[in-house]
Amino acid sequence: MQVFTDTNFEFISKRKIAYIVSLTLIGLGILSLLIHLGPNFSIDFEGGTLLDLRIYHSNDTQVSVGEIRDALAKIDMATAEIQIAEPEQRKTLPEGDKYDTYTNMMIKVKGHQKPDAEQDPLAEKIKDTIRQRYTNANLEVLRQEEVGPKIGEELKWKALLAIFWAMVGIILYIWWRFEFKFGIAAIVALFHDVLITVGIFSILNLEISLAIIAALLTIVGYSLNDTIVVFDRIRENLRLLRRQSYSDIINASINQSLSRTVITSATTLLVVLALLILGGGVIRPFAFALLIGVLVGTYSSIFVASPILVEWQLRKEAKEKRSRKERRKGRR
Amino acid sequence: MKKGFYIRLAIVVIAIALSVFYLIPTFKRAAMDDEKVETLQQENAEELYSLEEKAINLGLDLQGGMHLVLGLDKSKLETEEEKEDALKRALEVIRNRVDEFGVREPIIQKQGDDRIIVQLAGIQDEKRAKNILNKTAYLEFKLVQSGDQTQELFDKIDETLAEEEDAAEQDTTGDIQEELAKSTLLEDKPFSSLFSMGGMVSEENLPKAKNYLNKPKVKRLIPRNITISWGKPIEGNEGEQLYPLYLIKEDTRPQLTGADLENARVDFGEGLDPKTAGKPFVSLTFTDNGGDKFAELTGNHTGQRLAIILDGVVQSAPNIQEKIRGGKARITGNFSMDEATDLKIVLRAGALPIPLIIEEERTVGPTLGQDSINSGVRAALIGLAIVVAFMIIWYKGSGVIANIALAFNMLFILAVLAGLGATLTLPGIAGIILTIGMAVDANVLIFERVREELRTGKTVRAGIDAGYSRAFRTILDANLTTLITALVLYQFGTGPIKGFAVTLSIGIVCSMFAAIVITRLFFDFFVEKFNIQRLSI
Repeated sequence: MQVFTDTNFEFISKRKIAYIVSLTLIGLGILSLLIHLGPNFSIDFEGGTLLDLRIYHSNDTQVSVGEIRDALAKIDMATAEIQIAEPEQRKTLPEGDKYDTYTNMMIKVKGHQKPDAEQDPLAEKIKDTIRQRYTNANLEVLRQEEVGPKIGEELKWKALLAIFWAMVGIILYIWWRFEFKFGIAAIVALFHDVLITVGIFSILNLEISLAIIAALLTIVGYSLNDTIVVFDRIRENLRLLRRQSYSDIINASINQSLSRTVITSATTLLVVLALLILGGGVIRPFAFALLIGVLVGTYSSIFVASPILVEWQLRKEAKEKRSRKERRKGRR
Repeated sequence: MKKGFYIRLAIVVIAIALSVFYLIPTFKRAAMDDEKVETLQQENAEELYSLEEKAINLGLDLQGGMHLVLGLDKSKLETEEEKEDALKRALEVIRNRVDEFGVREPIIQKQGDDRIIVQLAGIQDEKRAKNILNKTAYLEFKLVQSGDQTQELFDKIDETLAEEEDAAEQDTTGDIQEELAKSTLLEDKPFSSLFSMGGMVSEENLPKAKNYLNKPKVKRLIPRNITISWGKPIEGNEGEQLYPLYLIKEDTRPQLTGADLENARVDFGEGLDPKTAGKPFVSLTFTDNGGDKFAELTGNHTGQRLAIILDGVVQSAPNIQEKIRGGKARITGNFSMDEATDLKIVLRAGALPIPLIIEEERTVGPTLGQDSINSGVRAALIGLAIVVAFMIIWYKGSGVIANIALAFNMLFILAVLAGLGATLTLPGIAGIILTIGMAVDANVLIFERVREELRTGKTVRAGIDAGYSRAFRTILDANLTTLITALVLYQFGTGPIKGFAVTLSIGIVCSMFAAIVITRLFFDFFVEKFNIQRLSI
């Protein structure tokens, strides 16, 4: 099967539309960030406690958010975030166990509490409180996390450094393999991708955890992947097709690499979708970030990185024209 | 055949053979059901451990377990030397305590100069584990002030407090009637009245008592060699919690601490007394030196009470009946089996030189761990199936070749993971899945290039040549950038994220090898052997 052979879409001449779309998306994202006063950081960065619990109970016991909140109020934790899933039937019942239903719940308390060596840590207190409330049930810990304030701060810092060094590495690499202006175009496209992804997360009020930062960096690497393929073609064509205008060469390059770009994105997308749908709750936010990243990354290689090269060139040509005019004027 | 074909073939075959070899332990281990594992552990634990070592390591998020970051509280230390020493000693104590858990292959490492990382796979009771690791476990043996002296002190405290309250009241009321009415035992003995027979305070009165003791006027009454220590709560007749108060003589000599212990064990009370029969207690054995000191202490103070204090809380304060020469003592006091065992563990392992703070905890239960493995593998298989189908549909015959290369790619990735002893985490599985999608990229680049070259009229052989060589540089560029970000992730990431970076990196390298070398072999072979004029691509 072959598609996209000898296409001639007008990517460059219609680039203004792309600018508007991108700016709108970024604008919405920034607006959301402002409204929410910054990204919704998980306990990885803010410190706090996360409890992912499962209660095994009998069919007629009701586990509701209200009841849990009441129970937590006793230890002054009524403001915790509580999510309760639909109760489900157990597929296999161990011997002697009479609880045939289970309900998953997630309790989050953000912000740190003073580490008190004497008292039980918060996670234990919450679990005990819930056990007391549901005496006719079995509580199991799916996972629990407690992050102290020091570690939270450090991770924020580490994440920032990671992004910084990744950018540095990338600029250096592109500078080495291509020209400087390619590097700038690529970096702008990457910032664009990260901004939109973070923006979408903010709009949907999803948490930014350490895993999401990892996803962002992966997106950066992957989007660059894509961008380089287009740049590579551009570089090749600039050498071959000297007659045509810069814009035309770039447009042609994009069209030529379109087949490959779309297909790779498609396969990666399919694979990420599989991860999103089947990978389970723990990896879902990560997969979602990757999904947005792949889509936006592909878009940016075509509609952001390449047009920037064109803009750069046009500006250069305009400057040269002006200075030539000046010189001619000067000679008269 | 084309030049170098056989060399390349040889390299690939060796790579495949090595991969299978490295993966055999993993398959063997995965194929063993729980029963077999149990039996092997009993009969030949060595073999089991070496098998597991060679197999792919599962991260804590897949096998279940606890990851702890313990921070050292160095605030009370003074010299630099002490601070350095503290980390080493704390590390050793933690190692000893973890040894007692009997967890397979625990990981205990220092991080920086003030943190210890502990990873325990398959831990079932997080609360107990944290308690054991966290406890400073400083054991002391000190004499308790006599009953008479204690009564004296209590009376003095009562007087002082009563005076204070009187003074306060005189300011507010002038009514003699009211004053008389208010004069009760409570007013005369505000402090003593909180205590029941046997010097214990109920749970509700505890804050009040502590409050009184904190008042500067009261503090001044306490002699300098005395420390007020609250004991472990005791269950009263009606099941309520009662807290005993002890006046500890800090100047007890000789000084006896946990460092003087040789061993600690859990034993069960003999005899017929329902309070102690069959109940667990901790039996202590002192070192020779410790035993001598203990004999001296008990010999010189027979008839007095000796408090056994753990981390500032009095565990019990039995009467010294006679000089004890055997160098043995016991800590009794209403322990559950778990409590006694935990106490034994921390006493045997030694006290921590400084307090530890749990700065981070991440625990995954076995249920979620297994779920994650299942979901991860399922997603990987489906992802693989989709990509395989796609490649065949899109690139036909060449697609099949790409799929074969993909299969080998997966083999290589898993083999490298096993060979390096790297750890597979859930994000790691995601990394492999991502690699599946991206591995295709290299092939797509090559195939698209070959298609182009063929369209310009080149022969099959020339088209393949040109396609591969042209695409190679692009593949290198593109993959190197993803490697850069993977490297950064490895450097700055923690646990599971590191796992992701590792599998991604390995995946990229292996996929380049598979896409470029292996597929080329196939193409070369078919083109030569069958003199293909038209390429199915």
